[in-house]
Amino acid sequence: MLIRTPKNYLSSEITDESVYAKRRQFLKFAGIGVAGVGLAGINAGSVVAASTANSGPDVPGANGRILTGVKKSPLSTSEDANSWSDITTYNNYYEFGTRKEDPHQNAVDFEPLPWSVSVKGDCNKPGNYAYEDLVSPHALEERIYRLRCVEAWSMVVPWVGIPLASIIKQLEPNSNAKFVSFKTLHDASRMPGQRRRVLDWPYVEGLTIAEAMHPLSLIAVGLYGRELPNQNGAPMRLVVPWKYGFKSIKAITEIRFQQKRPLSSWEKAIPSEYGFYANVNPEVDHPRWSQARERPIGAGLFAGKKPTLMFNGYADQVASLYSGLDLRRNF
Amino acid sequence: MAPGSKVFFRLTKPVIFLLGLAPFIYLLLNAFGLAGPGLGANPVEELQHETGRWGLRFLLMTLCITPLRRWTGWTWLIRYRRMLGLFAFFYTLVHFLNYAVLDQGLDGVAIYEDVIKRPYITLGMTGLVLLIPLAITSTRGMMRRLGKRWKKLHSLVYLIAILGTWHFFWQEKLDTLDATVYAVILALLLVTRIHHKRRQTVRIQNKSSN
Repeated sequence: MLIRTPKNYLSSEITDESVYAKRRQFLKFAGIGVAGVGLAGINAGSVVAASTANSGPDVPGANGRILTGVKKSPLSTSEDANSWSDITTYNNYYEFGTRKEDPHQNAVDFEPLPWSVSVKGDCNKPGNYAYEDLVSPHALEERIYRLRCVEAWSMVVPWVGIPLASIIKQLEPNSNAKFVSFKTLHDASRMPGQRRRVLDWPYVEGLTIAEAMHPLSLIAVGLYGRELPNQNGAPMRLVVPWKYGFKSIKAITEIRFQQKRPLSSWEKAIPSEYGFYANVNPEVDHPRWSQARERPIGAGLFAGKKPTLMFNGYADQVASLYSGLDLRRNF
Repeated sequence: MAPGSKVFFRLTKPVIFLLGLAPFIYLLLNAFGLAGPGLGANPVEELQHETGRWGLRFLLMTLCITPLRRWTGWTWLIRYRRMLGLFAFFYTLVHFLNYAVLDQGLDGVAIYEDVIKRPYITLGMTGLVLLIPLAITSTRGMMRRLGKRWKKLHSLVYLIAILGTWHFFWQEKLDTLDATVYAVILALLLVTRIHHKRRQTVRIQNKSSN
């Protein structure tokens, strides 16, 4: 069984933010020279211990507005989440540059709000929606998910978001809606990576309606209990944890319900290497590298790789979506 | 201290040696948090990319020596070529060791499958294997022993440079800008050689027709 309910922690076990801040201040005064280095080390250790008990906003390095009223979810993994630093400095987000460290550096000035999403196609409620129109009606949940990149590395990320199904129900798709397609903002003045045509902008992704309605599919608006950092796809992005990361499109400005299967950006760029489904599958290699194992980010130089799980470990929940489908051909 | 003099070499060679080693030391210091910003969230990948790039850079520097000598007339530049070539081998070897030990965890089957199944790894591995005889025969004694065959053997460096650049180009997911820069530099270096050879043949032909 892969879903585990998160362990319950007494709120008294979690370091209060003000206590933590005071301790930091004390250390600033006490920590001089070599002694300071030692103390800072001890302090960092205790903060890490607190952060594994609490995937909330007190994690070291976290910044951004704290989101309130976030419910825990039984769909979260009990694995330890990656650090704030890992999740926010190692990103594939070509709209802000093609190197992993680029989005962290180039998305600093991006102002995600105000934001609007244009809803189109086969649904009863098309139109332009403000960010708040789509987010406010729903309860925020924390979903700690595994993330497996097509490049054979992985992380564990404590997202905050809304089930995509809730938003889709709000938009009332009709019976013609077999697929949902998404587009990222296309504005090179705000997203400097779009000045180079490495991909055919805007970024497009899509799901079958059944995939989109699956309880695991999430629209994330936060990370570690805070609003989503720009480099992670602010203000709202898709998270589909059983698919390779590139399916989880960022900074969504368009949602379209349609009968035809959308052509996603990577599939369009290199159809022999990236397919529409892009389900995590250790048995089907990328033409240029093996997908059998993955490198867990944040485990250090000597940690090695670990085996990749079918559907990224979510097979129990999602395998039925693909019964009868040849996963080797429909990669 | 005239360029090309004994004192000149005695002073400049250690400096160039230390400069050649500097990227490696800097990577090590970063890897263990002793200097610099560290190697980021995926240190194994960072080491993989950086050592590969440095291997290729030294290979291209090695290939710069001959055209530079011709243009500047500084024939003594040849005396640095072996060291640059050996640094190319050193960084490429570290690149391979990082892949085999830290990335693949010495999983022989996985490495074998990579070499057989992934064309870009096949190319890179071929380049590394071909570098080995060049490194072994780089000594003065071997040069003497091999005579004319030494030059023939060491012209493998052109093939190795092509393999290395191609390997770099093919491993990129999509953005091949960096790899293209290396490919263009290599192409220029190869073109100057073809150009030079052609001029030489024309000269010889002219002489014989006179």
